[in-house]
Amino acid sequence: MIGDDGRRRRPVPTYVVTGGRTLPTRNALSVHTLLIAVPERPLPPEAGGEQRALVSMCAGLLSVAEAAAHLELPVSVVTVLASDLVDSGHLHTRAHTAAPSRGLLEEVLHGLQQLR
Amino acid sequence: MDSNSSGERYLPDTVQESVKILVVGGFGVGKSTLIGSVSEIAPLRTEEALTQAGADVDDLRGVDDKSTTTVALDFGRLTLSEHVVLYLFGAPGQRRFWDQWVSLATGAIGVVLLVDPRRITDAFDVLDQLEEKVDAPLLVAANQFDDAPVYSGSEIRQSLTLPDDVPVIGCDARNRSSCLTVLASLIQHAHSAHSPKALR
Repeated sequence: MIGDDGRRRRPVPTYVVTGGRTLPTRNALSVHTLLIAVPERPLPPEAGGEQRALVSMCAGLLSVAEAAAHLELPVSVVTVLASDLVDSGHLHTRAHTAAPSRGLLEEVLHGLQQLR
Repeated sequence: MDSNSSGERYLPDTVQESVKILVVGGFGVGKSTLIGSVSEIAPLRTEEALTQAGADVDDLRGVDDKSTTTVALDFGRLTLSEHVVLYLFGAPGQRRFWDQWVSLATGAIGVVLLVDPRRITDAFDVLDQLEEKVDAPLLVAANQFDDAPVYSGSEIRQSLTLPDDVPVIGCDARNRSSCLTVLASLIQHAHSAHSPKALR
């Protein structure tokens, strides 16, 4: 049982997921967007192997790029897969910051200085 | 003592924000070395297709098909606080990779252009691209190879005809502390370039 709207019951083979698309259409994921699986939302039995591998890779918090490297898949493929899994509620994302506030830059700087 | 457990795959659950810095430069200039010097995880590499047109996506394992041109993307990670993680992405400067790293630079909090003092003018093309297509704050770091001539920041600035507001520093990509100084200088630059009117 997937989705309250019941629209995602059918299996979604990978070639359909990525077919013809090189960019995710709905949510903007970047290489450094953080992903984490939603444990209370298991994948349907008909989910594809790549979806399953990605959700299981996201058992903890990590970025799109890390998931891609560990799964040995191109970032572009993982971005499309993850985008769909976010839409279907199986993955959550945390903010990737494109326009950092001064406060965030200060936090980054402080962190770097601590490591130095 | 190494406080970084390189075997740790996942970030602490407290992390809420991720930022990225792009490190760009020619082959052999030390991008991967720099990333490896500061990353808390063993640097990772993923292949990215340069042109998806005509690529056979039916079998995702088949993307290493010889007909698909790929670029290796090296990256590393630094957890900076309970709240923020920084990713470093290395991208080759060559012309055929431009689209790749221009898109990587999108949303970056800064860009490090790493140059080899022995081949400094190699950076001209990359600089042109950066100036034309990338908004992120830029810093130029000269990787001080052992046998390289030592140029001052102003000499490098002059050879590359860099604008005054682009910081130039020397570094040793093998040295963690030196690389952290490069990153901190970039963020300081980004911070000072962050004009109040840009704040909302």
